[in-house]
Amino acid sequence: MGKRLLQAHAALVYLFLYAPIVVVVVFAFNGGRQVLNWEGFSTRWFGEALRDPTITEPFRNSLLIAAGNAVLACVLGTALALAVSRMRRAARAPIDAVVYMTLVTPEIVFGIAALMFFVQFSNQLVGAGVIDEPLRGMWKIVVAHAVFNASVVALVVRARFVGMGQTLEEASYDLGAGPVKTFVQVTLPRLAPAVLAGGLLAFTFSFDDFITSFFVADAGTSTLPLRIFSSLRFGVSPLINAAAAMILALTIVAVVVAYLVLRRSGTRARAAARVPVPGL
Amino acid sequence: MAVAGPRARRRRVATRAGAGGPSYPAWLAAPALAYYALFFLVPLGLMAAVALAERVGHADFVYTLNVENFTDLWDPLYRGIFWETVQLAFVGSLATLLVGFPLAYYLARHARRKTLLLLLVIVPFWTSFLIRTYAWLIILDPDFPAVRALRSVGVLPEDFSVLYTPTAIYIGVVYTYLPLMILPVYAALERMDWSLVEAAQDLGDSPLRAFRRVTLPLALPGVVAGTLLVFIPMMGEYLNPVILGGDKTIFVGNLIGLQFGSSRDWPFGSAIAMVLIAAMTIVVLVYSRLVSREEQYGG
Repeated sequence: MGKRLLQAHAALVYLFLYAPIVVVVVFAFNGGRQVLNWEGFSTRWFGEALRDPTITEPFRNSLLIAAGNAVLACVLGTALALAVSRMRRAARAPIDAVVYMTLVTPEIVFGIAALMFFVQFSNQLVGAGVIDEPLRGMWKIVVAHAVFNASVVALVVRARFVGMGQTLEEASYDLGAGPVKTFVQVTLPRLAPAVLAGGLLAFTFSFDDFITSFFVADAGTSTLPLRIFSSLRFGVSPLINAAAAMILALTIVAVVVAYLVLRRSGTRARAAARVPVPGL
Repeated sequence: MAVAGPRARRRRVATRAGAGGPSYPAWLAAPALAYYALFFLVPLGLMAAVALAERVGHADFVYTLNVENFTDLWDPLYRGIFWETVQLAFVGSLATLLVGFPLAYYLARHARRKTLLLLLVIVPFWTSFLIRTYAWLIILDPDFPAVRALRSVGVLPEDFSVLYTPTAIYIGVVYTYLPLMILPVYAALERMDWSLVEAAQDLGDSPLRAFRRVTLPLALPGVVAGTLLVFIPMMGEYLNPVILGGDKTIFVGNLIGLQFGSSRDWPFGSAIAMVLIAAMTIVVLVYSRLVSREEQYGG
């Protein structure tokens, strides 16, 4: 009946979803100085972006932060998922509650809470004479990002771990292997796609994060999203579009890879779809 | 059925797993729990304490039990901001549902390349929120080629400009959270047995009536999950008003942010954040209670 109408609507929604991404990429190739004043196709802004230290430095910071956060999130999240998946319901419920809290707390609230925590913590240490100057550096952003992302990894890994059954682990124990050996030889190889996918998600979320970084970062530390945000005060520029286009390319590749890894490993598409949907 | 299915399955897994004894020790949870305690629960606890602190001088405060930060919020100015935020979240959620539901329906019932189309919904969600938001600065610019063309042929008024208005913010939030609505609604509809709809129509229901009596009740869990998932972040919306609203319209998230920026009033900012969390919790509880009752009697 209304199939045509639905089809047209779907086309419009996809246009809506992708128009901003396409626009950023297209206008990154504008040779002119003004974004909307098209002066011919050019890749010069990509070169300029890659040579501009106010972009490359935050870019490097973002990569380091995202990588550190991903490693931390993978270790914490995977260990949590393994421990929790066989706990009794009563023991698991409060842990689940905290995990969901980390996922649904508005970022602005967590951002300011983390800001106050780091400032107070640092002041305490200075007051106690442990350190001379307030704590600075990127690690604060890493630590703050990993709270949310450890939960993301835990959800992804747990879905896979519960889904794959544990007869092989039981066999491994029956044959005399301890938890460590069982983990390395039996669980990890089968779990690797989920850990990898979770890690890629953690990397992406951290790499793209603005609000938490905005509140937690020191004045001297910038990430790429912070750099982009601060430049928006002077309006959009082709330089920023070029930087943004490169980030978009990077994250889209990471997401598609994560998706394919998960799918190849036999997890249904829906499990991947469920990742950003903690309530389900 | 649609609701009980996965839950029952999970319970079955749990009992089977329980029978074999744990394969991994519970202490593996300890590092993550310690981490959450130190870097999530302690900061939130600190925020609760600061919310009761008293501001001293320009940027300092002392810990007391001062409820003034909360009573100050009763000011009409702040009540107005809360009201605007609730409105943004309600209208924004509704708009997201109206845009997202038909697409989810199409994907679940008619689309052929479902996996690809679904992936296409997910991909933007995982790309930079900031970049996708600022892209609308370009699109909504009165000088954007498509807009300019529409203006010159008279489809849009000559002085058309939505940038830095509430309309731009609404476009931004719907855009930002749309995938969070589509995915759960799709998940609910995908499990649906479409022959039920056909049966209803064979037995004399009009398509609309069949939709209302069969499809909608079965899609309801997805709609509930979706509206909650978009409502919650909209209540704490920060970036869209700053970028697309040009910082002219202030919502609760921005009000909190201001206390940690130019105003430097941490106790007041913490108090607003506490109220925001409380308000969100109440909304979520009331909403899920209402919906579960409706499911009981309406289904």
